[in-house]
Amino acid sequence: MKNPYLPIPMILKKARIETSDRMLRTLELTFRHPEDEEKFRYVPGQFCELSALGKGEAPFGIASSPTEKGSLKFTINKAGLVTTELHRLEEGSEIGIRGPLGNGYPIDLFQGKNLVIIGGGFAFTTLRSLIAYFLHPENRARIKGITVIYGARMPGLLLYKEELLEWEKRDDLRLVTTVDWGDKDWKGKVGLVPNVLEEAAPSAEETYAVICGPPVMIKFTFPKLMALRFPNERIFTSLEKRMKCGIGKCGRCNIGHLYVCKDGPVFSYGQLEKLPKDY
Amino acid sequence: MKFKLDKKDFENFLKDLMETYDLFAPVQLTEGVSVFKKIDKPEEVNLTQLVPQKSAKEVFFPQSETMFRYEMSENQSPIVSEQKIGRERVLLGARPCDIEAIFIVEKVFIGEDYTDVYFLEKRKKTTIITLACNHPLTTCFCSSTGGGPFRKDGSDLFMIDLGESYLVELLTEKGLAFSKNRFFKEAGSKEIRLVKELEEKAAKKTDSSIPVEGIEKRLDLMVESPFWDRIHEKCIGCGTCTFLCPTCHCFDITDEATNQKGERVRNWDSCLFPIYSLETSGHNPRPTGRERTRQRLMHKFNYYPKNFGRVACVGCGRCILYCPVQFDVREAILYTSSRRTEGRKGKFK
Repeated sequence: MKNPYLPIPMILKKARIETSDRMLRTLELTFRHPEDEEKFRYVPGQFCELSALGKGEAPFGIASSPTEKGSLKFTINKAGLVTTELHRLEEGSEIGIRGPLGNGYPIDLFQGKNLVIIGGGFAFTTLRSLIAYFLHPENRARIKGITVIYGARMPGLLLYKEELLEWEKRDDLRLVTTVDWGDKDWKGKVGLVPNVLEEAAPSAEETYAVICGPPVMIKFTFPKLMALRFPNERIFTSLEKRMKCGIGKCGRCNIGHLYVCKDGPVFSYGQLEKLPKDY
Repeated sequence: MKFKLDKKDFENFLKDLMETYDLFAPVQLTEGVSVFKKIDKPEEVNLTQLVPQKSAKEVFFPQSETMFRYEMSENQSPIVSEQKIGRERVLLGARPCDIEAIFIVEKVFIGEDYTDVYFLEKRKKTTIITLACNHPLTTCFCSSTGGGPFRKDGSDLFMIDLGESYLVELLTEKGLAFSKNRFFKEAGSKEIRLVKELEEKAAKKTDSSIPVEGIEKRLDLMVESPFWDRIHEKCIGCGTCTFLCPTCHCFDITDEATNQKGERVRNWDSCLFPIYSLETSGHNPRPTGRERTRQRLMHKFNYYPKNFGRVACVGCGRCILYCPVQFDVREAILYTSSRRTEGRKGKFK
């Protein structure tokens, strides 16, 4: 029987620093064994447990899209023991992963609808996966309009800058970037994500909203979406919690009777409203 | 199939058993302190303490367990899983409440989507010989949670202490493997009668009046109740209740390593510890004792029932017996019901 606690070996193919504070590093991992790659099927919004042997394991959203074959991408915020090690490891090193874990975004629900994607800070990773998924030529026609609102504290802290520039050029995607403090080269908006959302005022007609960001951003974004008349069931968010096993056994990530690792991390606001505020 | 096992033969029975199985049974470590552990010599087995401090869950889910070992070399780190155990096991002398608890934990560990192979391996390879409770304690309330001092569900063999001998009932295929045991004698009508008497007496002693039924629905309405503000106040967050609870199953996973090799270990953890839910950012979704106490009780009496259809409490009373500040879970249960004032009257002092 398959042991769900055993990581599969991956190779760190490429690593790059994303932000000016050097705290965010994107790892591109390739599978050591082709049969592992064969079995690894995921949707945007799922996550993996990354192992830094000797230090431990931690959960990270998958930043690559299933349409990008051959490798997986994760963007790691340097914050503790495991993430510091994941920043230290050199290209060519082995990194263990377990996954894909969690439910992911409800891709099929979005079929034929508009999508408003709202992100803040380094929580943009799985949103990047979602956007790349629907921008893929095979999938673009599956949904209608895509609006992306993405904010960071400073221009240098935005992730995937080259990709943002490419998206800006497209006419089938509306991108609004914002920062709390701009600099002389900054051409985007200056202001907090909830306010920028209010200003951009995407229509709620036939539209789903997906939010991912720090708790404080989510807290102030919900009421703005309500005011724009988005119903609870059409607002989705991806939650983070301290996690260990990632498969609903070790206990710590529950919100009420649901586990963020197994029943989430993606929940609708309608679902969250009925649960204790343990997040 | 029922047999009689004379107590004078008991040590030899165990000796025989240990030739085929690894035996796990209660052992008295020091005065008043018993735990379940692997038996080296039959005379170690001590069945006198009704509820050993630590429950039988340890046999299936050790307090600390190596999940896999690894060696770290330049670019490749081979991993060796530790999921296999060697010999078949016998768990002897656990009480019906502890056995019921194993099945509560099992529902989580052996799920439809992911199977905890470490737990499963031990469960598959263990034969359970349960011992009935002739003299339940005043803190016992198994008959309020759906159990009872003579409950046989989940046992492969069931033992009842008759004074000079044990009555042994073989209940499952694993149990029937013992049918040719050389120490088992035919049980007479005298023994059968005695069992009935003991069972009736024991049933009267456990408290079946604790209003556990319907608690899931009652707690649905109490998520933000001021009840939690009051009830957590005396809790010092030591976690004793969660470690001794036979149904608590939370664990932490850590790496223990030197430069060359290491192992990934899981250790029991407790939702009553602030660090349990503390996130790297500093955010803690359960910042005070209020949320943590709520989590402990809601998990047992509301969240678990929502997922698995029964409460995650077997009424063993360990959390009542060993709490350093006399937190009484029965009082909490009473409070959720129409009998909410009874606990305050010192019913359980």
